[in-house]
Amino acid sequence: MSRLSRRTVLATLAAYPLAVALPARAQAKDALKIGFIYVSPIGDAGWTHQHDIARIAMEKNLAPRVTTKYIENVPEGADAERVIRELAQSGHKLIFTTSFGYMNPTIKVAQQFPNTFFEHATGYKSAKNVGTYNARFYEGRYLAGIVAGRMTKSNVAGYVAAFPIPEVVMGINAFTRGMRSVNPKAETKVVWVSTWFDPGRESEAANTLVAQGADVLTHHTDSTAVVQAAEAKKVYAVAYHSDMSKYGPNAQITAVTHVWDKYYTDRAKAVLDGTWKPDHIWGGIREGMIAMGPFGKTVPSDVREAMLKVQGEIAAGKFHPFTGPIKDNEGKERLPAGTTISDETLLKMDYYVEGVQGRMPANK
Amino acid sequence: MDTFTQIVVLSLAAGTPLVFAALGELVVEKAGVLNLGVEGLMLVGAVASFIVAAKTGAPWLGVFVGALAAALLSLIFGVIVLTLRANQVATGLALSLFGIGLSAFVGRPYMSVVIEGIKPFAVPVLSDVPVAGKLLFAHNPLVYLSIALFVAVHVFLHRTRSGLVLRAVGESPQSARAIGYPVIAIRYAAVMFGGACAGLGGAFLAVAYTPSWVEGMTAGRGWIALALVVFATWKPWRVMIGAYLFGSVTLAQFQAQAAGAAVPSELLAMLPYLATVIVLAIISRDATAIRLNAPASLGKAYHPE
Repeated sequence: MSRLSRRTVLATLAAYPLAVALPARAQAKDALKIGFIYVSPIGDAGWTHQHDIARIAMEKNLAPRVTTKYIENVPEGADAERVIRELAQSGHKLIFTTSFGYMNPTIKVAQQFPNTFFEHATGYKSAKNVGTYNARFYEGRYLAGIVAGRMTKSNVAGYVAAFPIPEVVMGINAFTRGMRSVNPKAETKVVWVSTWFDPGRESEAANTLVAQGADVLTHHTDSTAVVQAAEAKKVYAVAYHSDMSKYGPNAQITAVTHVWDKYYTDRAKAVLDGTWKPDHIWGGIREGMIAMGPFGKTVPSDVREAMLKVQGEIAAGKFHPFTGPIKDNEGKERLPAGTTISDETLLKMDYYVEGVQGRMPANK
Repeated sequence: MDTFTQIVVLSLAAGTPLVFAALGELVVEKAGVLNLGVEGLMLVGAVASFIVAAKTGAPWLGVFVGALAAALLSLIFGVIVLTLRANQVATGLALSLFGIGLSAFVGRPYMSVVIEGIKPFAVPVLSDVPVAGKLLFAHNPLVYLSIALFVAVHVFLHRTRSGLVLRAVGESPQSARAIGYPVIAIRYAAVMFGGACAGLGGAFLAVAYTPSWVEGMTAGRGWIALALVVFATWKPWRVMIGAYLFGSVTLAQFQAQAAGAAVPSELLAMLPYLATVIVLAIISRDATAIRLNAPASLGKAYHPE
């Protein structure tokens, strides 16, 4: 997940000393010290929140052999490098750096601390003591699309998206394919808000989509605004990152959530057992890194079953959301029938599939 | 509601936080004080209103407390720049940083709270009038309040004696004092009024528009309001044009995207800023008029004697 310039740096500067001042937990004598660095405040929902849930789960699973410490709201850039170095210097032997923009600082600090292990989320650079991990968000998107496709009456879904980068685009495409697998008439309208986080703008975009006929909304942005807007406008919503049913008790039909719990526990265990190696994990439904949130109460049981069936197939490795034939929305064939998209092509995805309205903003 | 009406309703709402904040800042600047702390004041207004609304279940009480909290914070600014005569630019920037951090800190436990916000209100009977009914009478009550604020500010500045005094203080505090007006007291009043307005803008975002509290939720609207005052050459009606233009172009570009326009979204995201600057630059292109409108003592510390 790339984090472009998000919250104001100023807000961060103001909050940063508080975060650092938080005392580390009481530490057992020779427990493994594990550090986390977060790009935003933990909050109640969203990207960082999911990482923190996993940190707490890991601490519980491995107590009393590990202790953890986190530093939140650290902007990507010079500050990040300093914070990561501080964590390494203060004896943390395993450090999770949970945002794309921490990539270069992580690699740099890793060179200076060859005996410390680093895990960097969503990046592509590694080293002998730096592993990377990411999740196949698109699998959850496809499943959410199935539910959306069955629930929509207007056959228009609205998608509030941040920036036209491959990760976001593949989510839009997977969602649309999932939707059209059960409802070929359904289409997706996309609005780009050019920010990861601006609740005002996100709800403006959501309201615009509802005004244009969308009756199910989803988002690839960080706040809960879209789910709340859906609740206010009495349409359906698919939440992203976290379960947001609290914000849209009637609106939320399902959610695509990130679950790092098992991964973090496994990696810490590997360090404790002395078996840690740099790995490059891209896990999805099968690995439990992506999980679907609770169904909304309006979702009928046959729809739930339809989704769960495909979820089982994805988990068993029998089905890939991007299996040919895939046409883009201008009719050009992108993937022949019977083949499955390669990870490499997927990570460069720069076109809309059939069923997404409009043209990709990044297209030349 | 048809699409056009929806767009109008949404545009007015999108421009409303800017209307509140910019009108308040306009009055402050007309009194000769430059308060760059609008962003921080808006956030403090937002967080205070949200906390009160969440605790009491009364969003209107929240709006009131939001305005009050921001007014009190701007009082600190007043003490520093008016009584202690510190540099206004530096103090204003510090106030912004302080407000951003303070709101994030006190708002922490409220990030996950869901409240029943202030909803748009359709005036009975009137809103049922075909076409114009929904267009004019189905807005959020705070949108009407912002329009009332505009009328009040306009009438006050240009039609009342006290407005004339306030402008005199902004033009030449020495002369105003020479004929017996309490320059510092008037400036205090203006600063607190501006703070309260910024607080209202923040409160609108937190308890009516989204409604939610998230750290940094004004996302730069305070800075836009500041720029708007300058580009509107200190005229309330131009502030209104600028704010609504900004709101409607923001909405229009979303509308265009949802309708499938093949324009890069980054370009569309620039449009509200571009359109607002161009239009306001055109309507206020008369350099002499700008010089006449700009408060002559803006940003200068005033030393009696």
